[in-house]
Amino acid sequence: MTLEELQALAEKTRAAAAVAGRVVRVCQGTGCHSAGSDTVQQALARETKERGMGEAVTVMRVGCRGLCASGPIVSVSPDNLLYRSVEASDAPELAASLGGEPLERLRLPSDSPFFARQKKIALENLGQIDPESIEDYIAAGGYTALLTALASMAPAEIIQQVSVSGLRGRGGAGYPSGLKWGTVAKAAGAEKYVVCNGDEGDPGAFMDRSVMEGDPHRVLEGMTLAAYAVGAKHGFVYVRAEYPLAVSRLRKAIRQAEQYGLLGDKIGGSDFGFKVELRLGAGAFVCGEETALMASVEGQRGTPRPRPPFPAQAGLWGCPTLINNVETFANIAPIVRRGGEWYAAIGTPKSKGTKVFALSGRVVHTGLIEVPMGITLREIIFEIGGGIPDGKKFKAVQTGGPSGGCVPEKFLDMPLDYDSLVSIGSIMGSGGMIVMDETSCMVDVARYFMDFCTGESCGKCVPCRVGTAQMHRVLDDITRGTASEGDLARLEELCDMVRNTSLCGLGQSAPNPVITTLRYFRDEYEAHIRDKRCPAGRCRISQEAAA
Amino acid sequence: MSVAQTHHGRFLGSRTPAPSGDARWKLVAATMRRHGYRADALIEVLHAVQGAFGFLDDDGLRFVAASLRVPYSRVYGVATFYQHFTLRPPGKHTCVVCMGTTCYIKGAQGLVEAVQDRLGVKPGQTTKDGRVSLLEARCIGSCGLAPAVVLDGAMHGKIKAEDLVGKVEEWMKHDS
Repeated sequence: MTLEELQALAEKTRAAAAVAGRVVRVCQGTGCHSAGSDTVQQALARETKERGMGEAVTVMRVGCRGLCASGPIVSVSPDNLLYRSVEASDAPELAASLGGEPLERLRLPSDSPFFARQKKIALENLGQIDPESIEDYIAAGGYTALLTALASMAPAEIIQQVSVSGLRGRGGAGYPSGLKWGTVAKAAGAEKYVVCNGDEGDPGAFMDRSVMEGDPHRVLEGMTLAAYAVGAKHGFVYVRAEYPLAVSRLRKAIRQAEQYGLLGDKIGGSDFGFKVELRLGAGAFVCGEETALMASVEGQRGTPRPRPPFPAQAGLWGCPTLINNVETFANIAPIVRRGGEWYAAIGTPKSKGTKVFALSGRVVHTGLIEVPMGITLREIIFEIGGGIPDGKKFKAVQTGGPSGGCVPEKFLDMPLDYDSLVSIGSIMGSGGMIVMDETSCMVDVARYFMDFCTGESCGKCVPCRVGTAQMHRVLDDITRGTASEGDLARLEELCDMVRNTSLCGLGQSAPNPVITTLRYFRDEYEAHIRDKRCPAGRCRISQEAAA
Repeated sequence: MSVAQTHHGRFLGSRTPAPSGDARWKLVAATMRRHGYRADALIEVLHAVQGAFGFLDDDGLRFVAASLRVPYSRVYGVATFYQHFTLRPPGKHTCVVCMGTTCYIKGAQGLVEAVQDRLGVKPGQTTKDGRVSLLEARCIGSCGLAPAVVLDGAMHGKIKAEDLVGKVEEWMKHDS
């Protein structure tokens, strides 16, 4: 398919959509789906058809709208109406209201801060297009960046735009993407690979899941642009097996793109060819680490290896390999289409653009949000998130999963970016953001994460394998009330050792939840040890210890 | 003794006969064929075996090893490294409790304990009658609906302990 053919198809699809004056979009993200949104969609389609609205109303499936806790979410355009918690039994009433008075009973104000405070780039198609329709994606401007670039941009110009955009890796570490792409492009080797890291293993994170499920073509387009820029012919999407819907949508998307000649040989009539294969993870958190992920793509145990050599020099099968996260790739097409300068105008001086967060825990509006870098945690939690439910008091927000930390109230007004989070002992991470109120015990949270890291340590290096287990034992003792005064010092010593001597990021960052809770909530540790008391009333201090 | 000599299965196109005449091996063979019997497809193939049979048994592991021409030790190593793969047959029904951070702070531990008390099995175990397996997941990514469980493949969000136990009891009662 050439650029002209693509534009013609986009025009045709848009014209067909315009015939139906009214579009009813039913969210089919995992959250809404589990709440029965597929039956809601069927019921709405049936009702509108029976009312003879067949021509004038289109009922379609869309990806995640973000407000997962209020699902299933249904939107009606052009009326700009949003409905929440819609059930199949509401379909007759909702269908009858189309074109007339809105159904106030289920209405969600579309100007609520949850939606109004967001800025969507990576997620711009979610909730708008049918994720299983390549035509929908094309009608929304999809694949224009790719075919335009193939026709009129040199690989180096694409890398230049990505560098100018200031985009940093959205997987967590925040390495400048342009720099990484440039290294792979310069690396010598006839065979190169592009890998998309969709192994979203952080508990409490579902950003990548929603992107892969809701806009799979955006990920493929980003990967293909990257492949053209660095000179790769082959790519892999590594997805968690726990995400079956993402897997099936990506499989379908790859097939569709191949049929349209947007993947495969001679893309867009150029000499450039690129093939993408899907690889399923199998439940190993460490595989989010890039060298472990590559081992897994090669069909081996997912154990990391020392770097250097970095994957950019010697990655899959020893070839130069570009590894980026799902959200990073989702930002590429807009950057190429609109230019790096446009993207760089959003965000903070050192962290450009937007970031997708999975907001959950003790907060009123849980769900998926995309906000400009530099926003404060207070805005996210209390404005977008609607604050803490049940009149409880905010205690901490956990960012960065098992590699991140717990941020206390005093930092709520700090502008959020990669560097500010690191400066207070946490990390941006992939974007999980878990809000905790006074009912959460911070020692118990630290113990929880250490339990996670102990179980997920691959066992290759001793500091991580043994150190995390030792830390877990101390934390377990503290939560049971059986720890003694010296244990805090021992814990700090262990944190230091594991952080400085582990082989990969999993071990090096495993102490972070402990270090931050020790720094900001030391009184809770001391209450467990000295007073044999859990201030949050969460831990089961043993009777003997308390006595 | 080579695998070909110890098993008398049907020939499916690869050099290695399948462990039995079970038609599901054809699905597995098709996956291997699609990947050109390449060793790097090992995890994909193990997914196919577990998808078809529900777990990985020793015959299957040896069959995959021989077909992809990788050492059995490596196949066993991979199968036991990844949490998703299981070498034991699952129960007729499975109850997976998500233990992700959000589910944890919203009481997932209580869900596990409730099911554990009712069934008398610990996470990772199956009831003696083979009816129900209780499992824990690291995170199923449904944090917006915490606490979440997956019952026979279907996700249920914001679940209460008594409702979960009720659903599990349905399984125990019926011959479904």
